[in-house]
Amino acid sequence: MSLVISNGLVIDPANNLSGICDVLIEDGKIKEISTALQGDKVLDATGLVVCPGLVDIHCHFREPGFESKETIASGSRSAARGGFTTVVTMANTNPPIDNAGLVELVIRRAREEACIHVCPAACATKDLKGSEITEMADLKAAGAVAVTDDGRDISSSSVMRHALDYAGMVGLPFLSHSEDEALAAGGAMNEGYCATLMGLPGIPKVAEDIRTDRNIRLAEIANAHIHIQHVSTAASVEIIRQAKKRGAKVTAESAPHYFSLTDEATLNFNTNAKMNPPLREKEDVEAIIEGFKDGTLDCIATDHAPHTQTEKRVEFEVAPFGIIGLETSLALTITHLVNPGHVSLEKAVALLSPGGARVCNLNAGTLTPGVSADIAIFDPQEKWTVLSEEFASKSCNSPFVGATLQGRVRYTLCKGTVVYSAS
Amino acid sequence: MEQPSPTLWTKKDLIGIRELNRSEIECILDTAPQFLAVSQRASGIKKVPLLQGRLVVNWFHEPSTRTRTSFELAAKRLSADTLSMTASSSSHVKGETLHDTLANIEAMRSDIIVLRHSCAGAPHMLAADHSSHIINAGDGRHEHPTQALLDAFTMREARRKISGNPVATLDGAKVALIGDVEHSRVARSNIFALTRLGAHVTVCGPVALLPSQVEKLGVHSTTRLEEALSDADFIYALRIQKERQGSGLFPSIREYVKLFRIDRDSLRFAPDHALVLHPGPINRDLELSTEVADGSRSLVLRQVTNGVAIRMAVMHLLANSRTRQ
Repeated sequence: MSLVISNGLVIDPANNLSGICDVLIEDGKIKEISTALQGDKVLDATGLVVCPGLVDIHCHFREPGFESKETIASGSRSAARGGFTTVVTMANTNPPIDNAGLVELVIRRAREEACIHVCPAACATKDLKGSEITEMADLKAAGAVAVTDDGRDISSSSVMRHALDYAGMVGLPFLSHSEDEALAAGGAMNEGYCATLMGLPGIPKVAEDIRTDRNIRLAEIANAHIHIQHVSTAASVEIIRQAKKRGAKVTAESAPHYFSLTDEATLNFNTNAKMNPPLREKEDVEAIIEGFKDGTLDCIATDHAPHTQTEKRVEFEVAPFGIIGLETSLALTITHLVNPGHVSLEKAVALLSPGGARVCNLNAGTLTPGVSADIAIFDPQEKWTVLSEEFASKSCNSPFVGATLQGRVRYTLCKGTVVYSAS
Repeated sequence: MEQPSPTLWTKKDLIGIRELNRSEIECILDTAPQFLAVSQRASGIKKVPLLQGRLVVNWFHEPSTRTRTSFELAAKRLSADTLSMTASSSSHVKGETLHDTLANIEAMRSDIIVLRHSCAGAPHMLAADHSSHIINAGDGRHEHPTQALLDAFTMREARRKISGNPVATLDGAKVALIGDVEHSRVARSNIFALTRLGAHVTVCGPVALLPSQVEKLGVHSTTRLEEALSDADFIYALRIQKERQGSGLFPSIREYVKLFRIDRDSLRFAPDHALVLHPGPINRDLELSTEVADGSRSLVLRQVTNGVAIRMAVMHLLANSRTRQ
């Protein structure tokens, strides 16, 4: 059984390819990319972009423990609707993924339920407590692709150092949520003019910046690969830029909301614009865009963080941090990075697919013949309005509900099978 | 009693001063004097039937004596039925959301909800989804609109009395807000109200108690009391919560008193005509000395008297404007 995706604009940044051609899929694998290919079935992609399935190295599927927010099954459907075929799930579930048995559980559940590739990240410290490091060699052997205490930082610089030492030794990237808890304590949004207007306790940017710097410096002496998650401030972008210049093994991500919104989005106490780190200010948005342009930031990650409507429909200070992002990531990237001319469509695909795959050493993000046929096919021109009832995620906590965005996924294929198609 | 003009007042709720323009603020201030007169009737019958048959629910999630009393009295003098509910501000922990509680109250046909809550934005959140008129009686450190209205009213009244001009405004008046501006909803609402009414506002306090980028609110900011008081027509001492001592925001109450207390000594920095306000309850001799609080320059009790009239005006405007259209 073979399938030809014909006449699309094939963008495969890993192979420096961008041109109208056909993609032949056989037995779930990419067979050939050329012109005038023949197959048993044909999918006409005229006017559409055909690219490697998107890769999100930062999402929360909430299973086990918080299945009313999201499950591996619903999260993977949400990913597929957003064009994603590979995701890295965070470890702050209940219980947290801090031993090999739990890594295997996530992998087994994904095999049973998920329509895309789900790669678990595991905890860097036991029970996310920041005091004892986990058995990272075991975690890696069980299938964990990274270690992280995402959701919190490791307070003790000494524990952080040893966690990085060990992650470096076993060869797992350390995904770092960089945040000084004492400076951020009690905060509900970015510290600044908007917080002053609203009378909400602020989270200062420096809480992120000093830990971004500390964590990179600790990784440097450990000779470990550190990946800075959800970069939201101009100063952190600059800290990473300088670290890369001096040769640190550092990579970094930012999320679509950090380049498309500022803290003004919270001015009406919209809890769907509450996340951590919080939305910052105009100069930070500009610095993040610059970071993508000059390669300081390696990839776009969503920090897809589902919460139920009940949990979010409360007082702003009480509402949990986090927004969903898988189903709007591509469109926000096209709308806010490609359309204004900040990056090319090819660069956008690179940030959304091979960029993240490289960070976590995943066998994904390319259309090289022989690899699994994980493919996103999207219309870069189509405008659509984000509607909460259309999310495939179990949750709809998005600040973009009601927004009209450009760029819509038409098909997502995983292992050569259509796992999502827009109807 | 005059009916409010619906062209002047069209809002369902009073959530904050930030949402009001100058004419809306003045509409409330100009509605208050008739209610001040009700409270001062020679007959002793301090009541009008403007809210007869309506239900006003005072829903307080934080301890409050004077604001709750003032609202309750205002409602009673308008002949409304009143109901008081107090709840722990952590009721969400017990399982019922604010939305659910309000839906239950509304199922009993409430007309006006007076809400005090420890979380900024709580009244904003409820107003959007419920039909009752919501009056914000203080939400976290966000806003306390009726306090700012009664303060502005009191300052304007004093200015009119001193100048002999019965239509004098606060244009050009200089107001110094002293103390914990960061944690103060009173300060925020006053800044919005006073700047909109044309006054010049200076905020002054220890640096950790001044909000981030506060100058963008159109005020002058300083940590020197002498500078803040030098040209003040009105000096507004904000409450210092004693719990803040030991929080690391400033070293001690003792040093706060030395640097920022409004007392006979610090008043020497101010013009002779400067008058003193305080939202109450006063921490005597902490942010405000007894001799000043009880002295001839103090407007503190006038604020309390005016508070009832302002709250009567607000309830009347909210409940009677739309229904008369």
